[in-house]
Amino acid sequence: MDIDLSAKAGLKDVMPTAFGYIGVGLAFGIVAHTSGIGPFMVLLMSLIVYAGSAQFVLTSMLLAASPVSAIVASVFLVNARMALMSMTVAPYLKKESLTQNILIGSLLTDETFALSMNKLNVTHRPLRPAWFHAANLGAYLIWAAATVAGDLVGSLIPDAKAFGLDFAVVAMFIGLLYLQMVTDRSRRFSRHLEVAGTVMLLMVILMRFMPGNTAILVATVLGCLIGMALEHLRKEAPTHD
Amino acid sequence: MTDGKLLVTILLCGLATWLLRVTPFVLVKAARLPKWLLSFLSFVPVAILAAIFAEELLVYHPGAWPTLNVENTLAALPAIVAAIVSKSLLVTVVVGVAAMAVVRLLGWG
Repeated sequence: MDIDLSAKAGLKDVMPTAFGYIGVGLAFGIVAHTSGIGPFMVLLMSLIVYAGSAQFVLTSMLLAASPVSAIVASVFLVNARMALMSMTVAPYLKKESLTQNILIGSLLTDETFALSMNKLNVTHRPLRPAWFHAANLGAYLIWAAATVAGDLVGSLIPDAKAFGLDFAVVAMFIGLLYLQMVTDRSRRFSRHLEVAGTVMLLMVILMRFMPGNTAILVATVLGCLIGMALEHLRKEAPTHD
Repeated sequence: MTDGKLLVTILLCGLATWLLRVTPFVLVKAARLPKWLLSFLSFVPVAILAAIFAEELLVYHPGAWPTLNVENTLAALPAIVAAIVSKSLLVTVVVGVAAMAVVRLLGWG
């Protein structure tokens, strides 16, 4: 990743995440196929809902004949963390028009959010719509194509987990997390490690009481509050020495 | 399941997700964020990525403590080393996928 904020750079930057989208997208398409959802409906779902874990939740709840209201409520909860990510990116695009903001927000994902945060650390200047649109659209189209492909070949692949491709998305989050910790120089690496460690410990405790997707939201909010408290205490500390 | 119900579900879920994605952009555009909120948000990237990563390493059991996802944890170790050594997203992903293939081949999961 370099300081280039052109559309071409956006496409280039989003490419490594393509493996993750293809791995999970194929897996989702195969699940959708076995759940009796055809390629056209999978395409619509990927284009309209456009959210990995939420699409899995939606499909499994449909299969269990859950009422529409319950499905929508669950999807809302699973995706609630998106509001947190949008809120974090938005200040860096405040100077752009409302239309640009809405367009970028409409296609923001975990991955393009993390990429944009990495990019900010590298460029030290506001993000540009051209870069963001290219990264977002690249991810959007790859996701849609991968899910439809998974649905079409669903009957041919008996085991979606073959070749470890489904792990691409986990590896990608590992890479994005590490890069975020080393490139965000507003804090020392040890401070980032502290926040990450606290959040991971919180996840273990929270998942005793709630499913993972809800725990992600709660752990993130608590982790940020703890981070703020620690930073506040340390700023106060020298005066008391 | 009918395609009608599926379509209505997709549209409503899409609307809910879109509002979650877009509303913060509209709010931030309209208002000046207080300093404490900006400070809070500065922790979001590392916190949320750590939470997503932790969720992948755990298995949820309703009403009980989560257990370790051994397969994912084993494959995560080489991926972490790859991230540190290469500082490249692509290398991390390729090493992670290869590690998972090996873990499954050896039946360690």
